[in-house]
Amino acid sequence: MVAAAVLALMAAGFYLSWRATRLDRLHHRVETARAALDAALLRRGSAVLDLVSADGLPADRARALADAATAARRAPEGERELAESALSRELRSVLGPLRATAHLRDHLTEVAGAARGVQLARTFHNDAVVDTRRARRSRLVRVLRLAGTAPLPDFFEIDDEPPAPPTGSDTL
Amino acid sequence: MRVGLVCPYAWDVPGGVQQHVGDLAEALMGMGHHVSVLAPVGGTGADLPDHLVPAGRPVPVPYNGSVARVSFGPRTAARVRRWIGEGAFDVLHIHEPSAPSVSLLSCWAADGPMVATFHTSNTRSRAMAAGSAALRSAMEKINARVAVSESARRTLVEHLGGDAVLIPNGVAVHRFADADPLPGWPGDGGSIAFLGRLDEPRKGLATLVEAFALLAPSRPGLRLLVAGPGDPGPTLASVPEDLRRRVVLSGRLGDADKARAYHSADIFCAPNLGGESFGIVLTEAMSAGAAIVASDIPAFSAVLEGGAAGELFRAGDAAHLAERAAGLLDDPERRARLGGAARRAVRAYDWRTVAAEVVHVYETVLAWDGPDRATRGVRLDTGPRATALLRRGVG
Repeated sequence: MVAAAVLALMAAGFYLSWRATRLDRLHHRVETARAALDAALLRRGSAVLDLVSADGLPADRARALADAATAARRAPEGERELAESALSRELRSVLGPLRATAHLRDHLTEVAGAARGVQLARTFHNDAVVDTRRARRSRLVRVLRLAGTAPLPDFFEIDDEPPAPPTGSDTL
Repeated sequence: MRVGLVCPYAWDVPGGVQQHVGDLAEALMGMGHHVSVLAPVGGTGADLPDHLVPAGRPVPVPYNGSVARVSFGPRTAARVRRWIGEGAFDVLHIHEPSAPSVSLLSCWAADGPMVATFHTSNTRSRAMAAGSAALRSAMEKINARVAVSESARRTLVEHLGGDAVLIPNGVAVHRFADADPLPGWPGDGGSIAFLGRLDEPRKGLATLVEAFALLAPSRPGLRLLVAGPGDPGPTLASVPEDLRRRVVLSGRLGDADKARAYHSADIFCAPNLGGESFGIVLTEAMSAGAAIVASDIPAFSAVLEGGAAGELFRAGDAAHLAERAAGLLDDPERRARLGGAARRAVRAYDWRTVAAEVVHVYETVLAWDGPDRATRGVRLDTGPRATALLRRGVG
């Protein structure tokens, strides 16, 4: 009788720690994905500022790009999504019609790569958020507070459509 | 970077996933990365590449409407754990992770940076639907999900939720770029080539044969090269007796002869009626710089840049195909121009380009992996930890 009760308790304990380990891993996944997303956004911002300082864009366009990149970098937490989306739009409108000169090619390649990187990092981050939020909806997790005081992760929603690949660079 | 690739299906049986993993491994090694591939292997395993690690003997199981040759069970699981424990991988890249084989076993056994590629685009994937709750504990470990086509992405989103980035299949352009024509081809009287299964209606051979019958009477030298496995009987029955000998059947071709076939005719024709998500045959022909006439199904139109890299005709319309082919047969200059455009357009699908995208995914996942060496990279999953019950309480 006692043995059965101990066994049942051990099984329950094992199951609960399994669930808690999974939840712990999900939160860790969201945190690393978020850090990777921040790194990708930072890389894009730097790439844009490098492009602007390389001198070769029309002055007004360069200024608009620099302003958008700086605004995105300085935006407070609640306004980052809007500022980063604005940078995406600015990039498309400036780089879309641009013909790559030899002088700018490396910078444009870096900007294009960084913009794609933002797209990848954001997809992986939001994917992790979906899984974590789903896991936290489970009744067991809510009743036993397996998530503790860890905050519920939020999606990062921006327009991350990258600019069209630069023309005039197809001769490798 | 040290990459561990996991292929769920028997390595010695030809298949799309096996081909994908093999080509990706080759491209990654070409970029200087260290690669190890884990896959089930049947037969004697005589000519396996050095980087392949056999995971056990495959057994045939019905899966996704066909028979898959997979490995499962305690012995395979032990091999998977040993491979992961000894591999010291920076990242694990698992293909078709929901397949009940070494892929799923790897998901369970590993901890750390994991990337998964989804190939299936079967909207009624019962295995995925039925197991979605049970699979979740494995799927939720994956840091980055990749789909090879829009339809594969849709299948994954329907069954598992979340999202995936799209990275298409690559084509090994260099393998098809240069080859001698098959003996006796292309000849002086004009020639058209077809490659694919002969007895699968959606490959569209019937449309091409009908168009050939329209063209052949006024072009006495015109020949049709039909390469691929399957029974040609029913399709060729519609060819008039006197034209039959100008239709040359080569049967199934080996890899080297396949590359030669793309260089063997004035025109390469892809008359598919639909159901293609990408068109690997088309990109191979483009790598060879062939002048292409293809049906205007969405996948082909996209790859051929709306007609700039090859002529498009209305799918299933033999008269329209005959008209387009005739125009090209009479204009060698235009054929050369289209061939050049095709070579340029296919660069976007070259494995070297595609593998660079995949590496970008690895880098994104690794961007923030572990604060120190001890917790970085792929390691064995040590199972539930009781401390996890407490940790989030303060986090």
